[in-house]
Amino acid sequence: MELLFNLTLNGLATGMLIFLLAAGLTLIFGLMDVLNFAHGGLFAWGAYSGIWIYSTTGSFLIGIIGAILTGFILGIITERWIIKPVYGNHVQQILITLGLMLVLSEMLKVVWGPNQLTANPPEYLSGSWEIGDMIIIKYRVFIIAIGLLVFAGVQFLLKNTKIGLVVRAGVMNKEMVQALGINIKKVFMFVFMIGSGMAALGGVLFGPYSGVIHAGMGMEFAILAFIVVVIGGMGNFTGSVMAAILVGLSGSFMAYYVPELSLAVNMLLMAVVLIVKPQGLFGGKG
Amino acid sequence: MKQLLKLNNIETFIGQYHILQGVSLEVKKGEVTVLLGRNGAGKTTTLRTIMGLNPASKGSVVYKGEEIQALPTYTIAQKGIGYVPEDQGIFAGLTVEENMKVAIQKENEETNKRLEYILNLFPDLKKFWKKPGGLLSGGQKQMLSIARAYVNDNEMLLIDEPSKGLAPIVVEKVMESILQMKDQTTIVLVEQNFMMASTIGDCFYIIDDGRTVSNGTMKQLKEDEEMKRKYLGIA
Repeated sequence: MELLFNLTLNGLATGMLIFLLAAGLTLIFGLMDVLNFAHGGLFAWGAYSGIWIYSTTGSFLIGIIGAILTGFILGIITERWIIKPVYGNHVQQILITLGLMLVLSEMLKVVWGPNQLTANPPEYLSGSWEIGDMIIIKYRVFIIAIGLLVFAGVQFLLKNTKIGLVVRAGVMNKEMVQALGINIKKVFMFVFMIGSGMAALGGVLFGPYSGVIHAGMGMEFAILAFIVVVIGGMGNFTGSVMAAILVGLSGSFMAYYVPELSLAVNMLLMAVVLIVKPQGLFGGKG
Repeated sequence: MKQLLKLNNIETFIGQYHILQGVSLEVKKGEVTVLLGRNGAGKTTTLRTIMGLNPASKGSVVYKGEEIQALPTYTIAQKGIGYVPEDQGIFAGLTVEENMKVAIQKENEETNKRLEYILNLFPDLKKFWKKPGGLLSGGQKQMLSIARAYVNDNEMLLIDEPSKGLAPIVVEKVMESILQMKDQTTIVLVEQNFMMASTIGDCFYIIDDGRTVSNGTMKQLKEDEEMKRKYLGIA
């Protein structure tokens, strides 16, 4: 029981980190039809900038805010100057965002050096709670709570605000949104900024979770995020959280019970979904 | 009567295809101008060019004295042109209420009055207010699309084939509602259903192979059997 609980908690925490990366990716794809392979780079930049600010100021909260702001700024720059010229051309998008991914990763080494950085949770999130035989690691619960909060917040934004309505409408029919007098490009930038901020938040939360961060982490997580986007349905926000939890849990359980298959299981999951339901488990855009 | 819109020798490409090769027309305030012509003649592209969705490569689109052909679509819409596309452009996953909310540019007393008016004109929309747009019938989708274009204080509506694919009884309903709106707004209507076009329209333009080939009052067209046969295939 204790083992199952811990595997589940671990899987949920990993799932939430992947969700923070995948949710932005799926929104950006759904609304803007942009395949952003540089998204993982924003995750890594969030991790480095956040952990650096955290270690400099001693405040994890300031580190988190700093990481999100870094994500926002990099997101705006990326959308305005890198993505905008290649709207509507998937081949160019793949090439330019893959290039940007490499640049972002290398820039991390330029700024913070080639060695990996270590990160620990702040005092108040270190350690664990013991309930009966079960040991609950505080930081994992924190990640799950933040993930759920972000999910609820974005859901609220999408369902209850005008900008959210416009984003949902834009995912369905961009042309019509413009014909109704709405500047879709501003909406694109807003979504890109939010998506990038979420990726950066995922990155800074990942630091103390794994204990170390390195320049290649963006690419590793981006692959998982793409798998989640495909499984959840490209452009489907709710699908992305469900698929992220599924990938997180399957990774956690497989790593314990069949470790040889732990890396392959996500690819297998994606392959099965693509064969059985090519539009993703939770349908298409929505 | 005051001229609201003027197209001067418009040419439009879609990809490599030269769709509009010289469309010129004038729309007078308060009138319903009907664009007629065979399938593929360029009627829909003309509306899309006015909206900036397929921008013109030559010629000019003048709305209320201002050239708008180089403006982005959202700016053109903000200038007071409402658009009802051929496929209705309903946001299928949003409810009727949400579809209307996306469309409303300014929330004020005037908009509320227009909303109330349009919901009285199309009571089905009120009835299915919380229902996703994708679950509406073809006629209800058409009503929603027209309502979205009307709800803002638009001086002109571009309506593309509102009768397409609808049952005759629904066509009648849509026609009646457009007739009612006619008193309050200028309309450019693309319509293949000649009965509907001739009932609603004040004047017409025939587009053939991407060019305007004829125009006049609807009364003149009704009486010109030769033109109806030649360009519209009506015996």
